[in-house]
Amino acid sequence: MTEEIIIAGFGGQGVLSMGKILAYSGIMQDQEVSWMPSYGPEMRGGTANVTVILSDDRISSPILTEYDSAIILNQQSMDKFEPMVKPGGLLLYDPNGITRHPERKDIKICKIEASKEAANMGLRKIFNMIVLGGYLKVKPLVEMENVIKGLKKSLPERYHHMIPDNEKAITRGLEIVEEVHAA
Amino acid sequence: MEDTLVKSEIIKPENRVYKKTDLMTEKVLSYCPGCGHGTAHRIIMEVIEEMGLTEDTIGIAPVGCSVLAYEFMNVDMQQAAHGRAPALATAVKRLMPHKTVFTYQGDGDLAAIGTAETIHAANRGERITIIFINNGIYGMTGGQMAPTTLPGMKSSTSPYGRDLDMMGHPLKITELVAQLPGTHYVTRQAVHTPSNVRKTKKAIRKAFELQHQNVGMTFIEIVSNCNSGWKMTPVQANKWMVDNMFPFYPLGDIKVDGKMVEG
Amino acid sequence: MEKELRLMKGNEAFAEAAIRAGTDGYFGYPITPQSEVMEYLMAEKPHERTGMVVLQAESEVASINMLYGGAGCGKKVMTSSSSPGISLMQEGISYMAGAELPCVILNVVRGGPGLGTIQPSQSDYSQSTKGGGHGDYRLITLAPSSVQEMYDSVKLGYELAFKYRNPVLVLSDGAIGQMMEKVEIDAQVERLSEEQIREQHPWATLGRHNGRERNIITSLDLDPARQERHNEALQRKYKEVEEKEVRYEKINCDDADYIFVAYGTSARICQKSMQLAREKGIKVGLFRPITLFPFPKKELHEMAGQVKGILSVEMSAGQMIEDILLAVEGKVKVEHYGRMGGIIPAPGEVVDALEQKIVKG
Ligand SMILES: Cc1ncc(C[n+]2csc(CCOP(=O)(O)OP(=O)(O)O)c2C)c(N)n1
Ligand code: SF4
Ligand SMILES: [Mg+2]
Repeated sequence: MTEEIIIAGFGGQGVLSMGKILAYSGIMQDQEVSWMPSYGPEMRGGTANVTVILSDDRISSPILTEYDSAIILNQQSMDKFEPMVKPGGLLLYDPNGITRHPERKDIKICKIEASKEAANMGLRKIFNMIVLGGYLKVKPLVEMENVIKGLKKSLPERYHHMIPDNEKAITRGLEIVEEVHAA
Repeated sequence: MEDTLVKSEIIKPENRVYKKTDLMTEKVLSYCPGCGHGTAHRIIMEVIEEMGLTEDTIGIAPVGCSVLAYEFMNVDMQQAAHGRAPALATAVKRLMPHKTVFTYQGDGDLAAIGTAETIHAANRGERITIIFINNGIYGMTGGQMAPTTLPGMKSSTSPYGRDLDMMGHPLKITELVAQLPGTHYVTRQAVHTPSNVRKTKKAIRKAFELQHQNVGMTFIEIVSNCNSGWKMTPVQANKWMVDNMFPFYPLGDIKVDGKMVEG
Repeated sequence: MEKELRLMKGNEAFAEAAIRAGTDGYFGYPITPQSEVMEYLMAEKPHERTGMVVLQAESEVASINMLYGGAGCGKKVMTSSSSPGISLMQEGISYMAGAELPCVILNVVRGGPGLGTIQPSQSDYSQSTKGGGHGDYRLITLAPSSVQEMYDSVKLGYELAFKYRNPVLVLSDGAIGQMMEKVEIDAQVERLSEEQIREQHPWATLGRHNGRERNIITSLDLDPARQERHNEALQRKYKEVEEKEVRYEKINCDDADYIFVAYGTSARICQKSMQLAREKGIKVGLFRPITLFPFPKKELHEMAGQVKGILSVEMSAGQMIEDILLAVEGKVKVEHYGRMGGIIPAPGEVVDALEQKIVKG
């Protein structure tokens, strides 16, 4: 199994840390992983994206132009990455702030109202964990217990008190993700 | 709502209360909101325009956040290697003594990697103006410790605070430069309030005037903020600067007419 | 002990490996895209973990000369930087090669020339493998292509540096420095005591104990005859390195009609390109040099007789291709494909280049 994933949105949406938790979860179940961010001055307040790969085999290129899954959190990223999803692949997005919804018919499209839900739950900071929960519902790549282990590993000790909230958010994500279009 | 101006009215020339100098390009500043670099750029350009020096000024940009100064300053510019601006400026001025030549440098650029160039250009009394933006940190590279970082101040390479025993003391390079006989006018200013902006502008004007009196180097430190590197909001950063930077780097003239100011 | 696995950036892995390998001193100056090395070290407080010294120098010129001083005392010393900083170090590196001092230097390459860009590149190949500074000298050059190899390059780097008393350069790039992968962390190696250094490195300047003759660390010899002998000895050493220390990896080369030759990030891209090309029915393999000096000349020479063409893939205008051409001695067609200015070629793009420049051409 190899899953090639792009996660893209604004800086500050927790795009990089979501990718990190996913990658750590992969390590917890003995997979090979890679996490490749875009970096540079344009990250200041601009868009942020990260390519995450989980695989049972040695990983080839950490930098890709075609993805099995795209997790899209703003319009710019939608415009850029919708065309890069492989036919039969998955596009998951949060409709908040999206003005042009995905149009492809040859991929599976799911949406998750994560930012709305994070606001409802009064937990804006764990918005990204709701998205991750939704993604793992559609693509159960990693066992939930490994996600929790990954979370513990990737969060510094001083944030460990936030793990229960993160778990809650992941669970909520599992519940609210919706399929818009089957591949 | 009648007495409210709409945007199309505001931008009419007769309604303008302030006009951007033509010596700042139309390019949108790449600096973080609240950063002092933008203000410093603007007032240097205003002075050059007001003094009618536009056609005979050469500026040298450093490596630091202001590496892109040449994108914003609408005069001839050269971009130097990290720390070497005073060397470039030396040659430009020596080969064309009638030009106005300035360098614009951060604290990492001027007081770490470029210390030798700074000290020796000052000591040779190069007839150039150095404008030194001291924000106590390496802004460009993501907030590492600078030679000017305050004791106990946190940065990404002093995450537990600057430990003087391990990392040495903050370098008051402006005071050091003032000791050298080659410098004629050395001052420390700021740009966080309108009155400070006025004072700094006056200092820059004076420095540029002195350049053509063949008296030695003119050196202006501007104590500034780096809200990104300090991990503060712009408002917090300015307050922190006043409360912490100014006591360590007191504002005012350090050397005037080639003589140390008694203090 | 259960093996310890961590998700780390290449730069962080290098820094952790530095502590674990028993480094005595790290000296550096911030520059993107490798500032994480020193930031990680400062956060980890290695002075408490192992007694290791970590110092932010005032420049790369100072850093490399701090390495000279430390290495002259037989200590394990290292620095890290990126292209413009490494350029500044060339004088010091030349002195260290002349004085035969061991050290590990990491270059997380970004695009040049000049200030260039902060994005990844491989345009420092020639500087790294042909000397870089003045004089006839070589650096042992390692080219990691994964985060694990970044980690491993520290231990291997010290091993080779001390075995041959020569600086070792780890030639990485911005992509490997910034990406995170799984890393297996090994046990802490104890730092050597002064007594152990005296025993293992009798040339080190640690003070004239027990009335021994004084030790001098220098690259100067004004007597041309002696300086020539010194140079000849250096050349013999490089020859020995070329005979004994070549490292490389071959993937899918046995049935290959064509091969990619690539190192570092380009080698990773080529692994994907290889899959894509094979799906199209083009039998291509990957030859990945792990040491760039010594370059795997003999091995490539042998490969040249078995394939129809070689594509050298490097994020540069084509620097490594000169070594490939020398190795294959005209036996087979060799072309270069690369991007510059911080652009990383896409796997599909490399396949197109293979088809156009080699398969059809
Ligand atoms: C030779 C070399 N070393 C290091 C760097 C990386 N570098 C770029 S800017 C900078 C420091 C900038 O700090 P400062 O001069 O204080 O300017 P600021 O960004 O704070 O305005 C460094 C170390 C470089 N470009 N060249
Ligand atoms: S990083 Fe600091 S110095 Fe650079 S633009 Fe932002 S606030 Fe200004
Ligand atoms: Mg600064």
